[in-house]
Amino acid sequence: MSSVPVLLFASYADAFGGRTIDVPIRPPCTVSELVDAMRAMAGGDRLPAQPLVAVNHAYAAPDLLIRDGDEVALIPPVAGG
Amino acid sequence: MAGESPVPVQGGAHVAVVTAPIDVAALIARVQDDGVGAIATFLGTVREHNDGRAVTGIDYEAYEPMASRELERVATEVTERWPGVRVAVEHRVGTLRVRDASVAIACAHARRAPAMDAMRHCIEELKVRVPIWKREHYADGTREWVDPTRPAVTA
Repeated sequence: MSSVPVLLFASYADAFGGRTIDVPIRPPCTVSELVDAMRAMAGGDRLPAQPLVAVNHAYAAPDLLIRDGDEVALIPPVAGG
Repeated sequence: MAGESPVPVQGGAHVAVVTAPIDVAALIARVQDDGVGAIATFLGTVREHNDGRAVTGIDYEAYEPMASRELERVATEVTERWPGVRVAVEHRVGTLRVRDASVAIACAHARRAPAMDAMRHCIEELKVRVPIWKREHYADGTREWVDPTRPAVTA
């Protein structure tokens, strides 16, 4: 694998123009390396300074290692309730 | 300050992300128990305005299954912090109209203080942690995702 599929929601799905995108980076990579790669993509300029990332349904620290097969999602500022 | 219940209330939690209207009576029934002396409930509802703009409805979107997992984590924290509390939380997704309930919380305990504190904790944590988003529909026909991290702009 030379890319990581990333799930997108709400305003981030609008920014990148899809509900899921393949980010061109080879796993294993850190969360912050993934975010940096996403900034270079079309729509990536609309990301905040430190977007939240979830790996396997839990919030992930910037230095967490993403492995092949992990479910990765970029989490826009939440607004439930 | 409330003391411990003489008849311990069995702990437990129910969380769900739903598409149908929330049945508040059923939610309350989930936390009701013979040892319960107080049930604190909260409903979040769609209001007709936000930041000075007329709102006609809201689309709610959730990242499932993470939203349910995060709700479970919040409920677990609550039952650990307030032993004996019984928790039920449901969040609705889809397109809601003004006055519709988007979220309902019921927290039961032998005493009112833990029930109310637990309920307050649930909604405050939900709003900052659970991956759910809302897109407001405005009277002028436009729609926008709400970003609570952006400073409010009054029209």
